[in-house]
Amino acid sequence: MKVLAVDVEKQLGGLKLSVRFDAASGATALFGPSGAGKTTVANMIAGLLTPDRGSIKFADTVLFDAAVGINVPPHRRRIGYVFQEGRLFPHLSVRQNLDYGRRMTRRTPDADEFERIAKLLDIGPLLERRPRMLSGGERQRVAVGRALLMRPRLLLLDEPLASLGGGHKREILPYLVRLRDDVGVPMVYVSHTAAELRRIATHVVRLEAGGVLAQGGVELLDEAETDAIG
Amino acid sequence: MLNLSPAEWTAIELSLRIAVVATACALPFGIAVGWLLARKNFWGKTVLDGLVHLPLVLPPVVTGYLLLISFGRKGPIGALFDRYLGIVFSFRWTGAALACGVMGFPLLVRPIRLALEAIDRRLEDAAATLGANPPLVFLTITLPLALPGMIAGVVLCFARALGEFGATITFVSNIPGETQTISAAIYTFLQVPGGDAAAARLVLIAVVLALAALIASEWLARRAAIRFHGE
Repeated sequence: MKVLAVDVEKQLGGLKLSVRFDAASGATALFGPSGAGKTTVANMIAGLLTPDRGSIKFADTVLFDAAVGINVPPHRRRIGYVFQEGRLFPHLSVRQNLDYGRRMTRRTPDADEFERIAKLLDIGPLLERRPRMLSGGERQRVAVGRALLMRPRLLLLDEPLASLGGGHKREILPYLVRLRDDVGVPMVYVSHTAAELRRIATHVVRLEAGGVLAQGGVELLDEAETDAIG
Repeated sequence: MLNLSPAEWTAIELSLRIAVVATACALPFGIAVGWLLARKNFWGKTVLDGLVHLPLVLPPVVTGYLLLISFGRKGPIGALFDRYLGIVFSFRWTGAALACGVMGFPLLVRPIRLALEAIDRRLEDAAATLGANPPLVFLTITLPLALPGMIAGVVLCFARALGEFGATITFVSNIPGETQTISAAIYTFLQVPGGDAAAARLVLIAVVLALAALIASEWLARRAAIRFHGE
């Protein structure tokens, strides 16, 4: 089932970004070398960056359409975003970070849901700490939990493992796989590492120099490696 | 032990009231102007920046004079305040608070502006993706993160207001019980024979108040730092 339809253009300095792809449920990889425009596309889906032309649709709702002047602001898109650097709020505790989305949208607290996600990500023991006191891996797990607890209809993950060392990478990946299989929120996963995506992606969009090179199944990851060698 | 006379007490009480009111009234404007200067690009930004800093570089007497002709009872702005809000500035303590607020304003705006410029805007983006609308982002992320800068600005503005002399005496004169602050009282005591002891007592009080403000700001800034960073 198609959940996300992206068709956007934007001039970024010398690079003209022109990207068109669909994402289904499961985990869609935005894959390509750095500078290909992956993060830019993620920011446009989240509403943090406005395309020059085109449209972004989620299921039946139009998030952006330049032709008719629709641009839903980020706080009304309900798209969870896990940033490369976590971006936890330094003045709030882990618990307050996790609770932030619920408070901002004035939902009543749901202790079961909170418990379930804290357990899924093993962040129960960290709740009273400040983000500064967390390791890189812990920080990213909290960032994932924070994005999930705002009840997103789509989860964007932008190189969530890039700031982590090898050990921490292995620590996080199983949680993300669990997330994909158990939580059932469609994911768009941005990365330049084929090995990482092979674990998580169900669908691949290969970007290069601001355009879509190919889209299809995970076999695209192998092709990319062959390209790199050949 | 100090044996302050009622007149001296009045001057102290008046100084504190004027400084507190001046700082409290200036703060919302300080945040707004600091935010505009830190975040927005608009026509006339350099002019606004210059206007804000003017009281810092002008002779205080000139600032006092400008306040007198604009905020005096017959002045264009003063007349409006009198007519619509019932607030009179000339020769009242409210006028002293206005003068002190204006003189302290550049010192208030500068640290707030710097603090706002130093905030990682990406945190505000993150807050937006979590469902916070722009006013909520400002209240829950921007303001708390700028808190140390705001404390610094408030303390500097308060200290300036507490010690202001030139603009105040030019604008609202030196009326005991109404506009005679500690500074003005010290000046007056030094003009009369035998006033040295009273002046000395008030000098001591001024030093103590200034030190207390500094210590309080250090303490608040440290508490804010602990809240943010855990240590």
